[in-house]
Amino acid sequence: MKHFSIQGRSRFWWTMSSLFVLILVMLFVSLNTGVVQIAPNDVIRTLLGLGDERQELVLFDFRLPRLVLALLVGAGFGVSGAILQGVTKNELADPGILGINTGAGLAVVVYIFFFQSSMASISGLGVYILPLFALIGAFTAAILVYFLAWKKGVNPVRLILVGIGVNAGFSAALIVFQIKMNPQDFTKALVWLSGDIWGSSWSFVLALLPWIIALIIYSLYKSPVINILNLGEQMAVGLGARVERERRFLLLLAVAIAGLCVAAAGGIAFLGLVAPHIARRIVGPKHQQLLPVTALLGSLILLVAETIGKNIIAPAEIPVGIVVTIVSTPYFIYLLMKTN
Amino acid sequence: MTLSELEKSHIEGLTSRVFRAAIIFICGIAALIISIGLSVALGVTDIKLATVWQAVFVFDPELTNHQVIRELRLPRAIGAALIGSFLAVSGAVMQGLTRNPLASPSIMGVSHGAAFALIIVLIFFPAVTNLGMTFASFAGAGIAVILVFAVGSFSKGGLTPVKLALAGVAVGGMLSSLSSAFSLHFQVAKQMSFWYAGDLSGTNWLSVQLLLGAGVVGLLLALIISRAVTILSLGEEVSKGLGQNTLVVKTLGVIVVLVLTGAAVSVAGTVGFVGLVIPHIARFLVGTDYRLIIPVSAVLGGLLLVIADIGARLVNAPYETPVGAITACIGVPFFLYLARGERSGL
Repeated sequence: MKHFSIQGRSRFWWTMSSLFVLILVMLFVSLNTGVVQIAPNDVIRTLLGLGDERQELVLFDFRLPRLVLALLVGAGFGVSGAILQGVTKNELADPGILGINTGAGLAVVVYIFFFQSSMASISGLGVYILPLFALIGAFTAAILVYFLAWKKGVNPVRLILVGIGVNAGFSAALIVFQIKMNPQDFTKALVWLSGDIWGSSWSFVLALLPWIIALIIYSLYKSPVINILNLGEQMAVGLGARVERERRFLLLLAVAIAGLCVAAAGGIAFLGLVAPHIARRIVGPKHQQLLPVTALLGSLILLVAETIGKNIIAPAEIPVGIVVTIVSTPYFIYLLMKTN
Repeated sequence: MTLSELEKSHIEGLTSRVFRAAIIFICGIAALIISIGLSVALGVTDIKLATVWQAVFVFDPELTNHQVIRELRLPRAIGAALIGSFLAVSGAVMQGLTRNPLASPSIMGVSHGAAFALIIVLIFFPAVTNLGMTFASFAGAGIAVILVFAVGSFSKGGLTPVKLALAGVAVGGMLSSLSSAFSLHFQVAKQMSFWYAGDLSGTNWLSVQLLLGAGVVGLLLALIISRAVTILSLGEEVSKGLGQNTLVVKTLGVIVVLVLTGAAVSVAGTVGFVGLVIPHIARFLVGTDYRLIIPVSAVLGGLLLVIADIGARLVNAPYETPVGAITACIGVPFFLYLARGERSGL
């Protein structure tokens, strides 16, 4: 037993450090590539403050804030998915499946439809109002799902199914609004809904950074509770947990993280599903280890997807959410085939 | 009760169910004809039912109303009826084969597959004919079905209901992401929204002919395998124990789903929830025998989509609301009801 736990712990640190190195490598690759290519030497020179003005502009004002957001959002979606999976005891839970992405998307599209003549005219204050609407939409969806799934308590399976249903309803409403938009706005809305890191300015990063980091750290603190809930209803009650209360609180936490991420990057599907899965296979079901590994994995996956999306058909870009889905579904299907 | 008495009561139960199904079927056909008439009469300009009658039976090419009825509204109403029945029968067959109450063309990714193939064809071969589009749609639906079933079959523990539904979500998600990527790159996203929303406005006599062709094959085959589907719906072991070749039944079932869904999507895009809701209503009305469920589903599915299409045209006239949004309005509450039910331990 002791031998096993030592092995588990060293495996955890080994995983964490290799993920960290991989993220650094990917960051470096991503800083090099794009419409404006910057040679590795120049990247290092610019980071040290020795680059020319144009390189500084591209790196510091465009690429770095975007990559930092990608790291944050990736970690956030991953952790949110891991909490949802732990709490609902269902490995298929993810913010996308529970209708949170679509709820946020609907709120944003409705906002654009009613308050903006077109998506292009959003500027100034609008940049901050949009995420606010996304958050409101995310919470509305989550509360609706929870309320509709309530039947003398919330059964995890029912929660997922109700989430799928609410999701479908929101998608239908969304398409009605989308179809009434002009083609440019329609395309922009589609890009946003598919998941795209758009608010790439430092002020936007600073507005989100403290919240996402604080909530992720708080989730780490809560991980023993998730472990207990993950054992199942009866076990959890037997161990003295106030199941429904804790579950509700953790769900709220997961929704808040996902809502912030959707506000920054739109509806990225499957990331919250796949990152915890991979993490669980590497370090097992203990959430003290699972959550940090998931966070780094989520960041890495989103970073890779962002780099691919930016370069594969350059100068055009594919929304990062689409890349995540296309890249991660084969793995998800592989998992599905392997597990019993 | 002795064995013979049990048998007798069972047979009586069966005959009464067949009788009931026959009544529902006949009333359903009558309602369908009336609703097609209404669908033709109602619209941006309302036309009297008497004029509809005349346009059909004593056609006068000089009258605009007769032209509108003949060339626009009648094919659209008939197309809606056919598409609704195809989706409902596809859903019924899928639910029977997989023993999964949530199985349906849209939830299992089949509609996404068909839509994906259509988008590819429209981007790379813009000069494609209607027939070509229908075949592309079959191919896309086929790819999705084969992927979903392959994932289910090659996985540990076999083709369980949960696995099949999950594979459907994954395959559907991937195909719709690919569709978005292509339509964004080739800047045709807005035109493509049609296939995400479901829309009957493009239905003409040619599409009705295509639908009829697919319908003869798909619906007949569905009726032929209906008894086998009933037995399979009791479970794989029962079915094998009774000497049934489950592989053949499943293959034929997949062909039914593919032909019917492919044809429906090629004409109207992805109209969700008809294939989910109708088989449940049919099962509620006539019991668990698919020889009864399939014809009743066909009639009720047609009825639902014709009525939904009337709603789509009237709810925000003179603009059209996507018919998929109307069916979602009906389907989502129903889905939630199923999800909340005690049978949700899927």
